[in-house]
Amino acid sequence: MNALPCTIYVSFTGALLALAVGTRSAGAARIVALLTALTAWGLTLGAAVNFVPAAGLQELINAAWIPEFGIRYHLAADGISLTLLVLTGLAATAGVLFSWNITERTGEFFALYLALIGGVYGVFLSADAFALFVFYEIAIVPKYFLIAKWGSTNREYGAMKLVLYSFAGSALVLAGLLWAYAAGHATGFGFPELVAATGRLDLTQQTGILALVFLGFATLAGMFPLHTWAPTGHVAAPTAASMLLAGVVMKLGAYGCLRVALPLSPEAFHLLQPWIAWLAIIGIIYAGLVALVQDDFKFVIGYSSVSHMGFVLLGLAAANPVAVSGAVFQMFSHGVIAGLLFAVVGRMVYERTHTRQLADLRALPLHRLLPFAAVVFVLAGLASMGLPGFSGFPAELTILIGTWQTNPLWALAAATGVLIAAAFTLRAIQVSFFGRTGPDICVTPLESLPPITWPEKAGALLLLGATIYLGLSPDTLLDWIRPALQSPYFHAILSGGAS
Amino acid sequence: MHRERTRNEYEKENEWQPAAARRCPVNIPLLSLLIFTPWVGALLLFVLRRRLSASLGRILPILFSLSTLILGGIVLARFNPVITGMQFTEKHAWITALNVHYHIGLDGLSLVLVLLTGIISPLALFGPTRQVRCPAIHGALFLLLQGSALGVFLALDFFPWFVFWELSLVPAFFLIKLWGGPGAARAAYQFVIYTIGGSAFMLLGFAAIFAETRTFDFLELKLISMGGQAPILFGGAATTWVFLGVLLGLAVKVPLFPFHAWLPPAYAEAPTGTSMFLTSVMSKMGAYGFLRILWPLFPLQFHAAAPILLWLALGGVVLSAFAAMKQTDLKRMVAYSSINHLSYCLLAMCAVATAGPVNPAFPAVMIGTSESGIAALSGTILQLFNHGLSAAALFFCVGVLESRTGGLRGLGDFGGVRTAAPVFAGLCGIALFSSLGLPGLNGFIGEFLIFRGVFGLAPWVAAVATLGLLATALFLLTFWQRVFHGPATGAGVNFRDLDATEIATLGPLIVLMFVLGIFPQLLAGLINPLVTTWAATLP
Amino acid sequence: MNADYAGLFRALLPETHLVVGALLVLTIDMIWARHRPANRHHVALLLGIIALLTAGYAAITSGASGHIYGGMLKLDQLAIATRTAVIVLAALALALLPDSRRMNHPAEFTAILLFATTGFTLMAAANNLLVAFLALELASLSLYVLAGFDKTSPESAEAGLKYFLFGGMAAAFLLFGFSLLYGLTGSLGLEQIATQLVMQGQSPLLVVALVMVLVAFGFKAAAAPFHLWAPDVYQGAPAPAAALIASASKLAGLVLFTRLLWPGLGSAVGTIAHVPVTVGWAPVVALLSGASLLLGNIGALAQTNVRRLLAYSAIAHAGALLLGVIAAGRIGVGPLFYYAATYGLATVGAFGVIAALESAGPVHQLTDLAGLHKRSPLLAGCLAVFILSLAGIPPLAGFFGKFSVFASVLQLGGLAGPVGWLVILAIALSAVALYYYLLILKQALVAAPVADATPVRVTDPAAIALLLAASLIVALGLWPSAVLELF
Repeated sequence: MNALPCTIYVSFTGALLALAVGTRSAGAARIVALLTALTAWGLTLGAAVNFVPAAGLQELINAAWIPEFGIRYHLAADGISLTLLVLTGLAATAGVLFSWNITERTGEFFALYLALIGGVYGVFLSADAFALFVFYEIAIVPKYFLIAKWGSTNREYGAMKLVLYSFAGSALVLAGLLWAYAAGHATGFGFPELVAATGRLDLTQQTGILALVFLGFATLAGMFPLHTWAPTGHVAAPTAASMLLAGVVMKLGAYGCLRVALPLSPEAFHLLQPWIAWLAIIGIIYAGLVALVQDDFKFVIGYSSVSHMGFVLLGLAAANPVAVSGAVFQMFSHGVIAGLLFAVVGRMVYERTHTRQLADLRALPLHRLLPFAAVVFVLAGLASMGLPGFSGFPAELTILIGTWQTNPLWALAAATGVLIAAAFTLRAIQVSFFGRTGPDICVTPLESLPPITWPEKAGALLLLGATIYLGLSPDTLLDWIRPALQSPYFHAILSGGAS
Repeated sequence: MHRERTRNEYEKENEWQPAAARRCPVNIPLLSLLIFTPWVGALLLFVLRRRLSASLGRILPILFSLSTLILGGIVLARFNPVITGMQFTEKHAWITALNVHYHIGLDGLSLVLVLLTGIISPLALFGPTRQVRCPAIHGALFLLLQGSALGVFLALDFFPWFVFWELSLVPAFFLIKLWGGPGAARAAYQFVIYTIGGSAFMLLGFAAIFAETRTFDFLELKLISMGGQAPILFGGAATTWVFLGVLLGLAVKVPLFPFHAWLPPAYAEAPTGTSMFLTSVMSKMGAYGFLRILWPLFPLQFHAAAPILLWLALGGVVLSAFAAMKQTDLKRMVAYSSINHLSYCLLAMCAVATAGPVNPAFPAVMIGTSESGIAALSGTILQLFNHGLSAAALFFCVGVLESRTGGLRGLGDFGGVRTAAPVFAGLCGIALFSSLGLPGLNGFIGEFLIFRGVFGLAPWVAAVATLGLLATALFLLTFWQRVFHGPATGAGVNFRDLDATEIATLGPLIVLMFVLGIFPQLLAGLINPLVTTWAATLP
Repeated sequence: MNADYAGLFRALLPETHLVVGALLVLTIDMIWARHRPANRHHVALLLGIIALLTAGYAAITSGASGHIYGGMLKLDQLAIATRTAVIVLAALALALLPDSRRMNHPAEFTAILLFATTGFTLMAAANNLLVAFLALELASLSLYVLAGFDKTSPESAEAGLKYFLFGGMAAAFLLFGFSLLYGLTGSLGLEQIATQLVMQGQSPLLVVALVMVLVAFGFKAAAAPFHLWAPDVYQGAPAPAAALIASASKLAGLVLFTRLLWPGLGSAVGTIAHVPVTVGWAPVVALLSGASLLLGNIGALAQTNVRRLLAYSAIAHAGALLLGVIAAGRIGVGPLFYYAATYGLATVGAFGVIAALESAGPVHQLTDLAGLHKRSPLLAGCLAVFILSLAGIPPLAGFFGKFSVFASVLQLGGLAGPVGWLVILAIALSAVALYYYLLILKQALVAAPVADATPVRVTDPAAIALLLAASLIVALGLWPSAVLELF
């Protein structure tokens, strides 16, 4: 447990190291990146093994940082953090594996990549809003360069849009937090202190603060109508960056909503709750419908991410222990599944066929050309549809249960979203890999495309294993998440529904 | 008084464990074996797909598929029909956060369907798949489907049940899409989307149920609802919505008119073996859900909705029969006849539910109707089994026609096949007559009991439903006459008769049709005590 | 007036070092170095740096001795910190001195730069209107020369002239304002002026005086609408001169005017934390701030020239700095100083990169930066640090500068008044700013180099200066308390 902060330091050190060795040898940079990602992931898993969920928020580091503003370098972890830390490690490792073929400026790529990862670890570990914010922004900037340099379609536009949206979101967060801090005369930026400071203000101000902070974080989580950065950004990004974006970075937003925004003011939250919920629902359904008619394979996945993140936001908006535990579970699940989908589309298919147009893919007997990719994509697609046996199912089920407790109508709308998700995922499976079929799947694969390499296989199996394991044994995560939600910090906001 | 009685009764029913333990000295998880043997086979075939020779790739799936019949036979031998509760149950904690248990068990109803699965699956793999491409992957998918269907019939907790329910779609989708006819892609997509469309709302319904009761266990939920708490399971209107969600999920699957649009294309485009399995096993999953889930959990809502559903079922009976008459594609004709036959089951269930008491606190109301109720419910279960046999046989016969002619299956494409292929004509004729309910064959007893029951409960409906009977007879006889009789024309000229494999496939089905036609009690004995209990306790 | 010459000498030790250093540079160049063209450059640079280092050491060790020479100067923590900071910034700027091929008179340049620095250090400590004006003019006159120093370049001449004309006008306004203040209060010392003003209360003449002073302030800080000189000067002046103008000059000016406004004219501040606003200099400064934020950020979007872009970014930063001036009275000058100093570091660094690049070819358009990562990874890396710090990305110092200034401004009254709204405006515009900063970095780090691009050779002093500036930005960003705890 106490080694968790090392995930941050290891990642940043790895970034510098990759930069240093990358000038000489791309292979060395890859190895450094893989070892760094594995080490950090190993640290999170080690912490998970010894984790005592009932202990609540466990202090890791708490040192004065900028005493003039009451800012502390305060790191702590509970079950929610741990869930997302493990996810980060997993996604980071898989991402390195799927970036094995990066040959141009390899060292710089992995340096930026690991810096991003380090920022993400930092966000999930921060127990001080200032520290969280710092790490949050550290995670934003590398995205620009990753996409603008190593991306594909329309990459400069996509990168700029993504970064500006993220940054604008973080500006809202900053404005809200500063408002609460200054107007409420907070003694520091610890979460409880900010909550106390917000509580000292009148309801109008509380609502304003909550709206700013929530909206800021929700931008990164892809909440409708601030989601438009996500599909373009995902499409433009190189595979590993798409995986991280959808897999981890969008979770930063959702995590911020849960950890920072929602608890700020229960009264204000009650005012905003229906708005948040309906925006989440519109996001689920709208993005799903848009995904249904996309011509670009990666856009389908990009919009599906928005749709799935809508479930997370809905779970948060429902604000009871069941729904929120489902939302956190969905964060993990979607992180893994989206990573897998992007890996197949961006890495396995696009870099071999050089097209992502469904119309072009339809003409290829892809299931014969890339049988491994086909199987992975089918399984990932099924997971994404929320089919039982994969991690998406317990997540969505839990969210539905919790949402029903708060408002059955929301749950009904969300169930429609489940149906739409099935429709667009199935369409993608059908058109992309099985567009030109006869029952010839077992015939020796055509050899006209480069075969799937071992890092791709390793990465895909890693992620597949995770989604299936959690689909069969969701207790693993839920046992971490649920006690964390019992903490007094969340109590006021998650009062609805017994757990 | 009544409330107490039923509760005690159910508690007694659930004291299955000691009895089962006594009956099974070595504690073999028979039912788990039943479900997972096909899955293990599927995994094995998938892993070894490149190394298996073509013949081994064909034989292995059949062997794994036979496991169901064998294990089903063992279960049958150890089954005690007198116990109306669940037998052979296994219950293990699974997900504590959602109070989910791996809970499986079996009663007469499940047993009947398990046996049906055990009979149909190997035949569906054996007969029509000789020329199938990629037998290993085909077999793997088929075994996956088979295991899922068994899981649906045996699971007693919503979570595992839903796992099997949804997972069955995946292999079915690929079987239809990859091995199906020219329109298979669209048909498969439609099939899955319709089903998931229903399932999504069923899932929502169970989410709601869990939110109120904190359990997914069918037996516990049944206790709650039958214990007289049904009306206050949730606040009034919400229960109705939950009921409708679950109903939608099941109605699409059966299918209940007007949710049937996916079925004819799916059955028609699927390869023969898959069609056989879909019609005889998968279509039973919906009807099974009505009996296992919908009715016990929502007795009052089902009772309230039954009159409307009754008319929808009637619509299904009559309209699908007339639709079948208009078909020129033999496979679509058989598909519509499937809707027709399953609608009888729905008709019977709805009729019983309509007649039931509004309030389970007044058991006296049942007295007048119980005999009809028992008849209708027994008929339903028998019909489920018998339709499985006859529809599978018919799809196989259409498949034979197709395989001889390279895909021709129009009503007008054949003529006088009997001259060249007397054995085929004879066996197919038996299947046709079984399907239209000729006394002496298996189809008769189910339909007879259903009509007897429905006449007692809702005479007018029964009267209109006879129209469906009439139309069924007409189109099946048309089939018989146009294809087999008259001078040999079209593809009927020089039609090659059935070979040994085909006879071996069709033979067991035909034999069973006779056996069950003559000794229906073989089957009825398994379910009689169960149905009697139902009639006494279900509204 | 008690003439404590010993105290005065001790207090002015840094200035003495600078002046002596400047004279030494000139003398040695005249006598010895001008005949040795190969070493002339190095000698000037070395002597200049030594002068700055000794001055810096003297500034740090001088100690806060309060009023000097009868209150002419005030050596408080702010003065010491500012003197140190301007000397450091000047040293960094000097290290960017172009090599002998492009700079004909390195000794003159160095000497004038040292004179300008002397002006800055005096500005930092001035506590008397007259001293303030003299210090300001010493600095300004030096800067006019530095801006026009490149005699071969018409742009440089234009920059020098423009800067001189605008600066002269501003000086005139300032002098007029000062004389009005003197007339009103009969005193030149800031403390005495403050006491007098409290007794007199508001008067129309005071308002005129305030307006005059603020015009000059706006010019010095390059705040809109007195910013017009900035883009041309930044564009035309030699890189070290532009760096100095953008960094040390701004810091010293801000400190001078903060001292003038708060302790001196503090009674005429007016309120802007809450509606309704009362008249005073604060509303005017707030207006300047808002205008600068908007004009700077939006103007920067349209720029294709790197230096002009940096100029507009400077205007935008001036807007945020003015917010810091407003907050300085209540919250203290810590955030303001931190922001101005770290902004200076980043700007010097950015101009340093440009200067280094200019040794390999002209740098006008953004696209001239293309492929910098290939041509010189060191420059590209440093540029990334400087630009991201300007954009306010943590953990670099630019972020905490903004953060601390905004936090202190909001402590005045939350979002309830215009000053709170200005903070929101500033935060919102920081997202706009990221756009044009990323445009620079896109060229430098992402774009491929043009076909005939050659590797850039960075001189050792410049490399050391850039690395030093970059490390300072990172270090101060991670440990802002190192600066904040001084106040």
